Amino acid sequence: MFDETIAEARRQVEICNACRYCEGYCDVFPALMRLRDHDDGDIVQLANLCHNCRGCYYACQYVPPHEFAINLPAVLAEVRVESWERHAWPRRFARLFQRNGVAVAGLLIVAIALLLLMAQAVPSASGEDFYAVLSHGTMVALFLPAFVLPLVSVAVSLRRYWAEIGGGPLRPTDVLRAASDSMRLRNLSGGQGQGCNFEAEDRFSNRRRRFHQAMLWGFLLCFASTASGTVLHYGFGLEAPYGFWSLPKLLGVPGGVLLVIGCSGLAWLKTQADASLGAVFAWGGEMAFVLLLGLTGLTGLALYASASTTALPVLLAIHLGTVLAFFLLLPFSKMTHAFYRLAALTADASARR
Amino acid sequence: MTEDWDVIVIGGGNAALCAAIEAAESGARVLILESAPKVYRGGNSRHTRNFRCMHDGPLSVLTDSYGEDEYFDDLLRVTKGETDETLARLVIRSSEDCLPWMEAHGVRFQPSLSGTLSLGRTNAFFLGGGKALVNAYYATAEDLGIAVRYDTEVTHVTIEGDRFTGVRVRGPDGVADIAGRAAVIAAGGFQGDIDWLADAWGPAARNFLIRGTPYNRGVVLRDMLDQGAISVGDPTQCHAVAIDGRASKFDGGIVTRLDCVPFSVVVNKDGQRFYDEGEDVWPKRYAIWGRLVAAQPGQVAYAIIDSRSLDLFMPSVFPPENADTLEGLATKFGLPPEAVRDTIDRFNAACRDGPFHPTDLDGLTTQGIAPAKTNWARPITEPPFYGYSLRTGVTFTYLGLKVDKSARVSGPKGRYDNIWAAGETMAGSILGQGYLAGFGMTIGTVFGRIAGQEAAAHVR
Ligand SMILES: Cc1cc2nc3c(=O)[nH]c(=O)nc-3n(C[C@H](O)[C@H](O)[C@H](O)COP(=O)(O)OP(=O)(O)OC[C@H]3O[C@@H](n4cnc5c(N)ncnc54)[C@H](O)[C@@H]3O)c2cc1C
Ligand code: SF4
Ligand code: SF4
Repeated sequence: MFDETIAEARRQVEICNACRYCEGYCDVFPALMRLRDHDDGDIVQLANLCHNCRGCYYACQYVPPHEFAINLPAVLAEVRVESWERHAWPRRFARLFQRNGVAVAGLLIVAIALLLLMAQAVPSASGEDFYAVLSHGTMVALFLPAFVLPLVSVAVSLRRYWAEIGGGPLRPTDVLRAASDSMRLRNLSGGQGQGCNFEAEDRFSNRRRRFHQAMLWGFLLCFASTASGTVLHYGFGLEAPYGFWSLPKLLGVPGGVLLVIGCSGLAWLKTQADASLGAVFAWGGEMAFVLLLGLTGLTGLALYASASTTALPVLLAIHLGTVLAFFLLLPFSKMTHAFYRLAALTADASARR
Repeated sequence: MTEDWDVIVIGGGNAALCAAIEAAESGARVLILESAPKVYRGGNSRHTRNFRCMHDGPLSVLTDSYGEDEYFDDLLRVTKGETDETLARLVIRSSEDCLPWMEAHGVRFQPSLSGTLSLGRTNAFFLGGGKALVNAYYATAEDLGIAVRYDTEVTHVTIEGDRFTGVRVRGPDGVADIAGRAAVIAAGGFQGDIDWLADAWGPAARNFLIRGTPYNRGVVLRDMLDQGAISVGDPTQCHAVAIDGRASKFDGGIVTRLDCVPFSVVVNKDGQRFYDEGEDVWPKRYAIWGRLVAAQPGQVAYAIIDSRSLDLFMPSVFPPENADTLEGLATKFGLPPEAVRDTIDRFNAACRDGPFHPTDLDGLTTQGIAPAKTNWARPITEPPFYGYSLRTGVTFTYLGLKVDKSARVSGPKGRYDNIWAAGETMAGSILGQGYLAGFGMTIGTVFGRIAGQEAAAHVR
């Protein structure tokens, strides 16, 4: 299965290498042009560099039914998703969740139910608000492993990826360059800022880039909010709930709003786009993941709005359930693309040097 | 229902789109009739990558400057004087305004593609290639309210006296007549009609491959000529290059080109050499090799290199055949092994020591064989040996409609009242033979725009 996909990608990549018309769209083409022969690792690296902007599909004079049957965005998406599955550890989870929206929803329900049960079981003790429902200690006991273990898993996968693509020693300048490329989504710019061809066929638009940026920055703000809360808690003995003018809220509220806007936008665009230019088998899993991420933001905001009301315990359980599901799925869902993308951009920065 | 359009544009490539956009911007109601389905819209234009543009000082992606006289001299050189100077200079001078016009209508440019740096001063490359250009124009056309019908072939142009009155089409809903007040013909050449090609060139043409769209079958051209329209250009000639012999009959496009000839020994079906492979750098020679191969038995030839030369040229779409011995390679191609061995042995013996420079004319020439190889003559000795088959790939035909500088087509009694032509359909009015890279799109853009403006002015 994987070998076939790689072979098909190689066939297409070699046609592109003879053509090169798309050289100005993204980093994939200069990368493929640096080589004459492309081994499996090269193809996997190209696949993880591709941002699925689809510029090269609509510009291609060889798309099906032409006998060259070029659909580079789709075949690279397939190689990409399959590479995440192959390197995932434990592997069977990846196959389950990456391709299956229902499984993602199922995990979410289980996580929420678990939190609801725990909330009822724990005798409401000391704290106010949150900790009246679920003690801080319980939360940490649950979330620390749920956060650390997936990261360990991602680290294992990335090592395997790096070995497969033949990555060299890491240089900080390359990592910085990759980080800046991914923050700006340079590879969704169409090469000249006109954007990509996602939701309106051959017309260019920056919607996907903007929504993805909202999602990314929203996510990072939410993450920073949680981190700042942890610091306040342990470093300064300041416990939740925090007021509006506190760091966790100043970061978290705009973060949540951006996350919700970004994820709803991306989900909507996904319904407009032609699914056959992506990994068709992963559509459901990807969609479920975007919605889940959006839900973490939405339930977080709802939780904030419901402070000191009777809805709080239930909302807290739902919010924490979504967060738990999100973390558990980190290595086994679309989320993993963030890590691979960074790695691929780093490797590319080093190859360009 | 009878339809009545201001301007009917026949064809859906670059020239047609430029005409349609200009006409619509002048207020005309425009209909585009494209014989190809939507995925194949854009004719040969969708296979292109650049256009040649005069410029006084750096312009967009173009470096330095490229003046009218230099441009014209370049054209004269390739056409060996078979050029209409007035029209050619009109195209050249107008090309400078075309670039900003193209950008304003959605076309994006990029610096010359890697491997084509020599064109960075003279040719502006389209970001994403010709299909991206065609897409941009279709989007602009849609925004301007231009109607487009795909899968709709014009089979007859109705002319009463000197006046065009409408077209007959064969489309998804069958045959229909559509009335119009002016026509722009931009339907390309006739190379898609192999029978016509064979009538004109001879039976050898049946073995030619067509590099571009199968939809340019010359149906409108023939219909116009049958009605007495004046033709230009040599009806027996076409622009042809040597391409990979494994390419499909139609639409193989740019990726079927082969750049290996200068580093090869090229033999025919009988294992014999027939021309100096190293006469000049490949961009200056690929066009004559189309004819050279066409003159060989079976219209096929074989380029043979050794392992040292494999990385000296751009990769092509199909991997080369290979074998550890020359006889083995010959057998794979169905060539007589002894003859190939003998030809290469004699070639190798004629090679001399000296510096080999793949990117320049290095003067490394054979001695004592005919034909000589006058550059890059390095012996073929290091296995594995690689080979490509070569066939003649037709780019376009020269026969076309005669136009004046306002793009108006001439009929038996002088100019028609309301018929204009643009692009490949009339390019024979400008060049009688030869071809200058990027000039086809320039002709189409300049004359397309003129035709669109004139047609719109006529109906106003
Ligand atoms: C592989 C390749 C690469 C090339 N690269 C370049 C390049 O880089 N730069 C350059 O300047 N030139 C290049 N050329 C030449 C260039 O393609 C032509 O000069 C140019 O595209 C001609 O434009 P056009 O609009 O006249 O014709 P086309 O783009 O061929 O359009 C003709 C249109 O008419 C339609 N049509 C035909 N018959 C009918 C009918 N009866 N009814 C309705 N519609 C009809 C066709 O479907 C087509 O859409 C290349 C050609 C090829 C084959
Ligand atoms: S996607 Fe198509 S047009 Fe683009 S480089 Fe590849 S073959 Fe060429
Ligand atoms: S889909 Fe976009 S990012 Fe991917 S290879 Fe094509 S142009 Fe590059």
